[in-house]
Order: sequence, then structure tokens, then C-alpha cells
Amino acid sequence: MKRQEPLSVGGSCLVLLSALILSLLLSGLLLFLRGTPPVDGIVTLFQGAFGSRWAIEDSILKAIPIFLCSLGVAIAFRLQIWNIGAEGQFALGAIGATWVALSFPQWPKIALLPAMVLAAAVAGGGWGMIPAILRQRLKTNEIIVTLMMNYIAILFLEYLVYGVWKDPTSFGFPMTPEFTEQAIVGKIGTTSINWGLAHCLILGVLVWGFFKFTRTGFEVKACGDNVRAARYAGLPYDRLVVLVMVLSGALAGWAGFLEASATVNRLQPSIMVGYGYTAIVVAWLARLHPLSIGIASFLLAGLRVGVENIQLDLQVPAAFGGIIEGLILLTVLAGGFFTHYRLVRGKK
Amino acid sequence: MEITIIIPLLAAAVQSGTPILYATLGEIITEKSGVLNLGVEGAMIIGALAGFIVSRYTGSPVLGFFAAGIAGSFATSIHGVVCLWFQGNQVVSGLALTILGAGLANYLGTSYVGLSAPGFSPFAVPLLSTIPVLGPIFFNHDILVYISYCIPPVMCLFFSSTRFGLGLRAAGEYPAAATAAGLNVLAYRWFGILAGGFLMGLGGAYLSLAYTHLWTTNLTGGRGWIAVALVIFAFWRPGRAVLGAYLFGSVMALQLRLQALGTQVPSSILLMLPYVLTVFVLVMSSWRKKTNEEPAALGVNVEPVG
Repeated sequence: MKRQEPLSVGGSCLVLLSALILSLLLSGLLLFLRGTPPVDGIVTLFQGAFGSRWAIEDSILKAIPIFLCSLGVAIAFRLQIWNIGAEGQFALGAIGATWVALSFPQWPKIALLPAMVLAAAVAGGGWGMIPAILRQRLKTNEIIVTLMMNYIAILFLEYLVYGVWKDPTSFGFPMTPEFTEQAIVGKIGTTSINWGLAHCLILGVLVWGFFKFTRTGFEVKACGDNVRAARYAGLPYDRLVVLVMVLSGALAGWAGFLEASATVNRLQPSIMVGYGYTAIVVAWLARLHPLSIGIASFLLAGLRVGVENIQLDLQVPAAFGGIIEGLILLTVLAGGFFTHYRLVRGKK
Repeated sequence: MEITIIIPLLAAAVQSGTPILYATLGEIITEKSGVLNLGVEGAMIIGALAGFIVSRYTGSPVLGFFAAGIAGSFATSIHGVVCLWFQGNQVVSGLALTILGAGLANYLGTSYVGLSAPGFSPFAVPLLSTIPVLGPIFFNHDILVYISYCIPPVMCLFFSSTRFGLGLRAAGEYPAAATAAGLNVLAYRWFGILAGGFLMGLGGAYLSLAYTHLWTTNLTGGRGWIAVALVIFAFWRPGRAVLGAYLFGSVMALQLRLQALGTQVPSSILLMLPYVLTVFVLVMSSWRKKTNEEPAALGVNVEPVG
């Protein structure tokens, strides 16, 4: 075994591809164990994800929240801050946006939507700021705090839709009344895709530009590579921790806004399907690069749509999606080894 | 009047705290060897399912209990392969294990949802259970609770007085020095991961074989993450882990009682309690932390030699 220079882009892609193929093979094996023909299963999965116009539109639709959450997660990961809380920040974003939508339903669209975005970003960013401040002041472990705050946020959302915000005409279903037309982000042309896709493009470019061109972005990268050296050079590490967590939470909150406004047109617990956790897989898969995050979001969103398809066609449990996600992440992590080391034959 | 309410409540606290105790002790062993395993939740749920299935088919909860431990070790061995052999990031690998474990357990367990398996039943320990107050709280449980009482003292002895335990701590504190002293750091870390996984699996089995005798989806409900937090609260000491686990047990027991009594407080707010408490406990322990008791090389991979 020998250390070597990092591989070229082509080499890294090869490693990534082998990791993906390996996790698909292992998933196929699991299908086989359950008595589902594995090749059929994988083919059905891909057809369901990318095999028709409807499937692709659905995959893009699901990629939107995953992309925004992942973009946020990636900003924090750049600083080696382990924000596992996208799921909760997403919930808070949806709650913030809903509060505005229900409080000022008659505002014109041009005022209401920006107000909802603002409320979502503030709520999500604020939720992300709590663990950041705890970490900055008391060195409290942010991994566990962000994770616990996910559980708290989801329960808070449930409290609202089962209680004070419950639609009196919903026949007991836990959901708020439907938003007014002004509070809904519309669809692009005749597709089922909403304008959230445009938000993703703009925010993706902004995040890319933040790291590429701004001083603060550079400082985040420098601190992430070596905290001690960066601190020694006088970089404001503690302030950066709060900043990245707020940005991270605001982006996840934005995703929550889109999910409530554009996808379900109200607040209901069914929007919490684990996009925030998938976002972590995506961020790592994409090595935190915004463009790659876009591609990886589309792939993993496709995986979710595809799993729905094999669930219907072959009665494979929905949890199969989690298995593939976990396997992809593990094989990619292990594959990272081959970009830094080379196996050599012979004695030590 | 108070006594008749409080004693059953505390007895229930010990019961709810036991799965968390097993998992916390498991994570302490793993972290002492220098490996951060955030996949506790995944290892627990895989253990819970394995225990349930084996007990259901063999009719023997004892076999199920051991199968759960082995399944837990199997689950954490994935973390070992990724981090010890392939130098993967320990934080992300642990998360991946959690995602994979939950997926696997729900995937393989779908057909068992709502079914039951033979489990463990409580029995009073002769003599000890007749001690007033303490007897009914601590000595009127199932065998798994009694086993969990024995583990912390054994672990303390292991860490402080055995050659192997000291070697394991060295692997977690200063792997380079341990290697220079001729210790096989990788082997100690493998032991930490596998032994820890065994205990996490047992914690899962407690949920499916003693706490309930049923299989449901998401049986662990975040207990694995609470265990990760409790390791910090416990300053990596098995004794304090007991305290922390029963503290959480009491909150969970109290929350169930309040729900059963039908309070005005909405159930979502009651269900938040353990998670809010976790954050609170973490904040308090970082506040009071004067000396750093964390294993110095926690989460740092050791490069393979060669």
C-alpha cells in the first residue's frame, strides 16, 4: 500500500462509477434475497426514475428540495462543521413560510412570496444558528444538537398541524388550510415542474460564486482545510461557524418554503420524507461542489421516484431506497481510499 | 400516595433506560479505542430485528439475544471496513451506517410488522427484591436488566486494570505511541468496534424482546443518537453512563405516564421531551467540562503501515 498524489478527474470518476455499480450490485443481491428478480428490479427502478417524460419531471421536482438542502449542508461541511440538521431547518422553513401565508393571505403575490421566502430563510437560518452558537460558546457537539433539533422540529410541525393551524374542514386530517393563490409558486409552462428550479439555478450560482470570488468564501475554505493554521493567520473562525450554519439553515429553509408552497400548497407532515438526510449523501457524493450537487441531486431524486415505481410494480418495500442511499455513501467513502493510495504487490 | 406513584415510575425508568444503557456502554468502548461511531442507531435497529426474527423462529429469546449482539457487531463491522481499512471519514461513515441500518431493518422487517415473538418476562430476584423502595425499583425486572447491571463494573475493571484494556485506551489516546510500543492499534480498534456493536445490538434486542415483544418500524426512535450524546455526558465513564441512561429512562417513562393520564399537553410536545433533554444535557456537560476527557485521537484515522 502506498500513498500517492490525488488521482486525475478521470480517475476519480472511475472510482465513483465503480462505487455506484458496486452498491447497485449489492442492492440487486438484496432484491434477490427477497425473491424479487434483481435485474427486473433494477430496470424497473431506472425506468421509473428516468424512463418517461412524467418520470423525469417527477425526478426534477424531488431534486429541487434535495439540491437546496444539499447546497446548505455542503457550505457547512466545507468548514468541517457537521450540520446533520437540514431536515429540521427544512421543517422550520416550511413553518415560517406557512405562518406568513396564513397570516397575510390577501397580500399581492409580488409581496407575499418574497415575505414567505424571507420568513423561511430566517426560521431555517435561526434554527441552524442555535447549534452554531452553542458550538462557538461552549464547544457543544453540533452533530448531536443538529440531529436532536430535527426530531424537535418535526414534532413542532406536527403540533402545529394537529393543533392551532389545523384546517377545520379537513375531516380530521393533520394539515393547514390550502394556501391562497398568491402564496403559491407556480409551474413552468405546461410541465409539472415549479419555478423552484429557477431558484435552484440562481442560488447554486451564488454559492459557487461565494466560494470562488468572495473573501469570506475563501476564509471558509481555508479554515475548513486547516483550522489551526487559519486561526493562527487571524481568520475569524468562530464567526464563520455561525455564518455557515445560518446560510446552511436558510437554504434548507428555502427548500421547506418551496415544498409547502409549490408542491403541496399547504403545510402537512407528509412533506417530511428525509430530504435533509438524502442531502448529506448528495453533498458527499458531489464532493461539495455546486454543479456536481445538481447532478447528484437529480440522480438521488430519481432513485426515490424509481423506488416508488418498484414499490408499485414489484411490491418492494419503500425502505429499499434507504438501503441504496446508505450503500452508495459507504462505497463512495471507501472508494475515496483509492484516490489517495495505491495497492502495491510484494513484501513490506 | 406519592410512593405508590413514584416507585412504579422509577421502575419503568430503569426499564426504558436499559436499551440506552447498553448502547451507551457500547459506544464508550468504541470511542475509547479512538473510533467515533455515529451508526449506533443503525446497529441497534439491526440487532433488534435479528433478535426478533431468531427468537420468533427458534422460540428461544436467549438465542435471539445473542443473535442481536452478533448482528450488531456485523453492522458496525461495515464501519470498521470503511474507516479502518479504507480510511473513510468516520462521521460520514457512521451516518451512512444509520441510513443503511434503518433501511435494512425496515426492508427485511416489513413482513413482521405487528407480529410478536417470545421474549423475556420480569421476575423478582429473591431476597433483593424485598428491600424496601430499592427492591421494586431495581430487582423486579427481566434478566436483561440484571445483565446490564453487571457490565459497567466489568468495563471499569477492563479499562483500568487489564493489559488489553490499557492497550485499547492507548489506541484511542495516542495511536502513534501505541504503535511505537509494539501494540497493534488496528486490532484494538477492531475490537472496540465489534465489542461496541455487540452491546448496541443487545440494546436493540432489549427493545424488541423485552420492552415490547412486537416488531414495529422505527422501533429505536432516536435512542441510538441519545446514546451518542450520553457518552459525552458520561465523560466516557461507564458509571456515569448508568446515571445518564436512567435519567433518560425517567423522562421517557414520565412522558408515557402523562400521555396515559390524558393531560392537556399535546402529545407532540410530550414526545419532544427526550430530545430537548438531550440538547440540555449536552449543553450542561460542555458548560461544566473543565478537563478534556475525550480520547485524544477520537475520530482520527490511523494510516495503514506498509
